[in-house]
Amino acid sequence: MGIWRNSGLAASRALILMFVVCACGIRTHAQTTNTCLDCHGVLDPPLQVTSEKFAQDIHAQKGLTCASCHGGDPTKSGMDAMSRAAGFRGKIQRSQIPALCGSCHSDAAYMRQHNPSLRTDQLSQYKTSMHGKLLAKGDAKVAVCIDCHSVHDIRPASDLRSTVNPLNVAETCSRCHSNAEYMKGYHIPTDQFAKYSVSVHHEAMVVRGDLSAPTCTTCHGNHGAAPPGVDAAQNVCSTCHVFQSQMYEKSSHKAAFQAAGLPGCVVCHGNHGIVHPTDAKLGTGPEGVCMQCHTPGDVCDQARAQMLADLTRLDDAINGANKILAVAESSGMEVSDALLEQDQARDSLTKARVTIHSFQTQLVEQDIQAGLQIAAKDQQAGKAALAERDYRRKGLGLALIFILMSVVGLYLYIRQIERNGARS
Amino acid sequence: MNALKATRDWLDERFHWAELVAPLKKKTVPVHKLSYWYFLGGITLFLFIIQVCTGILLLLYYRPGANEAFESVQYIMTRVRFGWLVRSIHSWAANLMIFTAFAHMFSVMFLKSYRKPRELTWISGMVLLFLAMGFGFSGYLLPWNTLAFFATKVGTEIAGQVPIVGHSLMVFLRGGEDVTGATLTRFFGFHVAVLPGLATVFILIHLALVQYFGISVPPKVEERWKASPNEAREMKFFPNFALREIMAWYIGLGVLGALAAILPWGLGTKADPFAPAPAGIRPEWYFMFMFQTLKEIPAKVWFVDGEVLGILVFGSAAVLWTFLPFFDQLGRGRGRKYVMGAGVFAVCYIIAMTIYGYLAK
Repeated sequence: MGIWRNSGLAASRALILMFVVCACGIRTHAQTTNTCLDCHGVLDPPLQVTSEKFAQDIHAQKGLTCASCHGGDPTKSGMDAMSRAAGFRGKIQRSQIPALCGSCHSDAAYMRQHNPSLRTDQLSQYKTSMHGKLLAKGDAKVAVCIDCHSVHDIRPASDLRSTVNPLNVAETCSRCHSNAEYMKGYHIPTDQFAKYSVSVHHEAMVVRGDLSAPTCTTCHGNHGAAPPGVDAAQNVCSTCHVFQSQMYEKSSHKAAFQAAGLPGCVVCHGNHGIVHPTDAKLGTGPEGVCMQCHTPGDVCDQARAQMLADLTRLDDAINGANKILAVAESSGMEVSDALLEQDQARDSLTKARVTIHSFQTQLVEQDIQAGLQIAAKDQQAGKAALAERDYRRKGLGLALIFILMSVVGLYLYIRQIERNGARS
Repeated sequence: MNALKATRDWLDERFHWAELVAPLKKKTVPVHKLSYWYFLGGITLFLFIIQVCTGILLLLYYRPGANEAFESVQYIMTRVRFGWLVRSIHSWAANLMIFTAFAHMFSVMFLKSYRKPRELTWISGMVLLFLAMGFGFSGYLLPWNTLAFFATKVGTEIAGQVPIVGHSLMVFLRGGEDVTGATLTRFFGFHVAVLPGLATVFILIHLALVQYFGISVPPKVEERWKASPNEAREMKFFPNFALREIMAWYIGLGVLGALAAILPWGLGTKADPFAPAPAGIRPEWYFMFMFQTLKEIPAKVWFVDGEVLGILVFGSAAVLWTFLPFFDQLGRGRGRKYVMGAGVFAVCYIIAMTIYGYLAK
């Protein structure tokens, strides 16, 4: 009986709960003006758009609804909401997407109301891009707005979860560009992302979290994405590597590369897979790049050898000073001034490595000499610190001998007076 | 030797020197297997004298001020002749002095030398221990390096948690709301004027009390000696014990010199008040057990703020410890058992928490 009574009580409670839930549901439904999500929230993909997903969308947050893009009347329920009479457009054709997005994003007056700092030239730029040009030719496979920005959960680029956040751009591009099957027929490589993933730029961006480091769009543009072209490659790199570019501009390589139709920086450094350059690039080993064009023993080869020797000399001098200063520091000697000056020596080495792009040995030599002087001074400071350490230790040894003798003397004296005391 | 005798005669004629030193000549030190612990007080005094001497030498070059302190210590370490030795000895002796002061305190406690009539000797010794910790806390900031700056920030923040007077105490210690150059000059003032003055007064009181009451014999040894007076052994303070003490001081000097020459005290990097606090901010080792305890206490214990509770517990423990001799005879002698138990617990707790503090991340 007890069980029955309890079951009855539970059933009553469940009924009351159901009534409350239904009442709340009716109340909620009455207040909803975007009825699209009521149905699309429970549909299977690709028609599924949940209210949780759409709430993440910057457009939803700015007050836009499904009808803003798809038309229809979201205040009506069921199929009435999708009435053609109410302007319902249904699924937007891929070829029409850029124009649809552009209808707002190219309208400066409209955009000013929501995000005044946002540019409004995306559509015009897109039309100049390889994607835009191919789309105009009827190729619906190329990227349109939603391929990069996502759809129904579009976030601002500053949001770390956005597909176009600098941290995620390369991966977004790679979804198509690394797909050999999808890219078949375009006759371009599909290893860009694999190469970029091991590059110094990727390391700066992902490992060091430097959002100013280059990703795909930094060199290729975003809405106007296109290969920079042979002539423009140096201009692209020079936006960050200013001094290297200035040196290269004045060098003999500039005219020679242009004449040969070679893409400037890319000839020696590569493009997507740029790794941290080492002095070995000036060498004749597997990493060396000079001898790919130059003849052994010619004037340029001699200049290359001299610049490499200079860089190695300064690098060795800095490492030598570092080593002796580290020993002095670990011995507790105060060498912070010299360690600080080592930074200046390293700066000279970095400057010399930049000056290499001028391919003028005398300019490189100037930077090398400045660094060598500092490294020699620091080496001397390290030696002086070690000499001082040895002097201290010798002094300590003498002092300890004196202390030991005094202690022994005291001990003998105490023993003597206590023996004398015992006798008396 | 004639000059020495002439000087003694000269003093005797004017000040009755022989009468003045007569009690010292009569002074004796008990000899038993625990007599070695008697040296600790003298070694602590020796290290204090070293601190005063090296501190005065450092004062010749040290400049208190946020823009000059670090550079002046760097100058002492690199340019001043034997400046490295003076500063390293000052730093090492400071740490050794606190260690020997703690060891002296616990040895006095376990030998039960605090018992009647030496209650005031114990209290004056406890005051000296607190002053030594004050020396350590104020001196730590003076080189104005990163670690000291942030450790002082944390330390004064903890002082700010003291109920009722906490904020005023923090502002008083810092010379404002934040640790700035004003804190440095204030700590410098405490370190070279206020604390040495107080320490000198209490050292004189402490020594006078030791001289007045003589050196205590542990109760068990005392009972044995009473039962068989022939077993009682003692030595003259002058010259027998004093010479032994000088031997210990010499050895202490050798240890200090070796530490200074082989492990010179580091300087670190200059404090930057605008930089974020680096990882691993720690106080000096003798504050570590309290610091680690405060870190381990939950944010709220019942309705009381965890940090406030920790401060109250440590504050109460310090007060009770200072007046420990008065608990010795409570409860028909059971008090001593509790005191010894508390002593063993305190030693174990301090050692364990200090080790944990250095191992914990």
